[in-house]
Amino acid sequence: MRHLLRRIGFYLVALWASATLNFLIPRLAPGNPAQTLMARLHGRLTPQAQHALEILFGINHDPLWSQYLQYLNNLLHGNLGVSITYFPTPVSEVIAQEIPWTLMLVGIALVISFVLGTLLGVIVAWRRGSRLDAILSPLFTFLSAIPYFWLALILLYVLGFLLNWFPINGGYDTDNTVPGLTPDFILSAILHGVLPAFTIVISSIAGWLLGMRNAMITTLSEDYVLMAEAKGLSSRRVMLVYAARNAILPNITSFALSLGFVVSGALLTEIVFSYPGIGYALLEAVTNLDYALLQGIFLIIAIAVLAANFLADLLYVALDPRVRLERN
Amino acid sequence: MSIPSLQVDPSSFQLQRLRDFWRLLTINRKVSVGLWILAFFVLVAIFGPIIFHQDANALGPDILQPPSPAHWLGTTQTGQDIFLQVVVGTRVSVVFGLVTGLVATIISVVVGLAGGYFGGWIDEVLSLLSNVFLVLPALPLAIVLATFVAYKGPLTIGFVTVITGWSWGARVLRAQTLSMRSRDFVEASRASGETSWRIIFYEIFPNEIAIVAAELLGTVIYAILAETGLEYLGLGDVTTVSWGTMFYWAGNNDALLLGAWWWFLPPGVCISLLGAGLAFINFGIDEIANPRLRKEERPKLAKFKKSGKAVEA
Repeated sequence: MRHLLRRIGFYLVALWASATLNFLIPRLAPGNPAQTLMARLHGRLTPQAQHALEILFGINHDPLWSQYLQYLNNLLHGNLGVSITYFPTPVSEVIAQEIPWTLMLVGIALVISFVLGTLLGVIVAWRRGSRLDAILSPLFTFLSAIPYFWLALILLYVLGFLLNWFPINGGYDTDNTVPGLTPDFILSAILHGVLPAFTIVISSIAGWLLGMRNAMITTLSEDYVLMAEAKGLSSRRVMLVYAARNAILPNITSFALSLGFVVSGALLTEIVFSYPGIGYALLEAVTNLDYALLQGIFLIIAIAVLAANFLADLLYVALDPRVRLERN
Repeated sequence: MSIPSLQVDPSSFQLQRLRDFWRLLTINRKVSVGLWILAFFVLVAIFGPIIFHQDANALGPDILQPPSPAHWLGTTQTGQDIFLQVVVGTRVSVVFGLVTGLVATIISVVVGLAGGYFGGWIDEVLSLLSNVFLVLPALPLAIVLATFVAYKGPLTIGFVTVITGWSWGARVLRAQTLSMRSRDFVEASRASGETSWRIIFYEIFPNEIAIVAAELLGTVIYAILAETGLEYLGLGDVTTVSWGTMFYWAGNNDALLLGAWWWFLPPGVCISLLGAGLAFINFGIDEIANPRLRKEERPKLAKFKKSGKAVEA
C-alpha cells in the first residue's frame, strides 16, 4: 500500500512536470513566436479568448508566477484554449473529435502486433538454433531499425499508388459517405485503415518478438522447465504453460506501457497517410503555428502515457507473486 | 637472461588480451556484421564528400530522372543528383547521430553513476528527474520543443534529442552502480582516501563499460531516427542536405505521386541498414555478456529428446 501511494505521488509529480514544461517552453524559447501570432489574430478574437491566449503564451504583463497560477487554473477547468487552425473551436473539442480515430487505428494494430509478435517469439525461442530462428531473428532486427514513416511511404507507394489496392489518404471516403453507423461508412473506414494499421504492425512487431525471445530463452534454462520435460509432458504444454507463461511478464508490462503510446505512437504514420487523428492534428498545429492546439495535444499524450505507466505498475503487482510477497 | 623476458611479458600479455577482445568481437557473427556495416557508413561519412567534391544542392538540367549511368540514383524535381545528396547527407546524419548519442550517453553516465554512488537526497533528486523524463513522451515533446525554438538547425534538433534521450540509460546505470557501491574494491579505494569522482570514474565506471556501450548504440539509433523524423516534419534546417531533409523535400514535392521512388528509397535504405548494423552489435554484445542467449547449448538437449532417451545427465 505504501508502495502504491509512493507511485501515485510520483505520477502526480510527473504530471505537474509535464504541465509546467508545457507552460515554460513557449516562454523560454528565444524569439517569441506568440507575439507575431497575436498580431495576426488581432480583431478576430473575443476579449475573453484573447485574454486566455495571452495567459497561455505569457504575453500579458502579470508576473510569471501569477500567469502560472492562471494557467494551472485553466487546466484544472479543462480549458485548453482556442484552436487557430479550426478557429473558433476550443482545443478540447478538436482533440475529442480526432482521438477516436487514433484510438481505433493504433489500438487494433497494437493488439494484433502484440499477439502475433509474442507468439512468434515463443516459437522462435523454442526452436532456437533452427533455420526458422536463423532467418526470423535477424529479419526482425532489421525491421526494428526501419524508420516507420519511411516504411509507410514505401507501402503507400507500392500497395496504394502502383497497385491501387488501397486508398492513399484520409480516414474514409469523404465524397460518397457520411460519418455514421452505416455499412458504407464502416467499410470505407476499414479499407482506409488497413494500410496504416499494417505499417504499425510491421514496424512494432519486432520489439515484441525479440523481447519475448530473450525472456523465453532465459526461462527455458530454468530447472522447472527441465523437470517438466523430464516428466514427459508434451512439448506444447512445456512451451506454453511452463516456459511462455513465466516469460511473458516483461512483455505484458511493455504492453501496458504501449497503451499510453496508443495516443502518440502513430504520429508520423498518420501524417504520411493523411489519416485523421492526433498525429495529423499535431502536424496541422505545427504547420499553422497553432500553439494552443500543440500544447493541448502534448498534454493529452503525456496524461495517456502516465496513466499507462500506472496501469503497468498495477499489473506487475497483480501478476507477479514475487513482487507482492516482497511488498507484504 | 631472465630480465629481458620479464620485460617482454606485460606487453605480450596486453597484446594477448587485445587479441582475445578482438576474437570475442569477431567470433560473434552479429557483432562482426554490425561492425562492418558501421565501418562502411563511417568511411562514407569521412571520405564520401571528399571524393565527390560537389555542391549537393546544385541544380541541374535533368529533372526527375530515374537512375541512369549519368545519375546513379536519379535526380530530384530541381535536377539535384540524389546519389550525391545521399553521400553528403551520410556525413551530416552519421556525425549527428554519433555526437548526439555520445552527449546523451555522457549525461546518463554522470547522472546514473552520481545518483547510484552518492545515494541520499542526491539520488532522490536525480532519479526523480530521470524517471520524470522517462515517462514524458519523447517524440511529441521533441516536436513541441522544436516548433517553439525559433532557430532551426542541427543544434536545436540535437538539443531536443539529447533532452529526450538520456533518461533510460541513467536509470539502468543507477541500478548497476547501486549494486556495485558496496563491493570490496570500492570500499578499499574509499578506505585508501580516493576522492569520490575518482572512485566513480576510475573504479566503478570501467566495470559498467558493456552497459554503457549498449546504451550508446541504442541512443545513436534513437538519435538518427528522431533526427530524421523531425527533419521530415520540416523542423530542421531544410537547406542542409541530410537523410531527413531529403525526405522532407521528397514529401513536399509529392515524389510519391510523381512515382519518383528513387527519391525517397535511398535515404531510408541507408537509415535501416545503419540502424540494423547498430542493433546487431547491440544484440551481439548482449549474447557475449549473457551466455544464456547464445545458441550453442540448446540443440544438444533437443538431440537427446529425439533419440528417445530420458534426460539424465
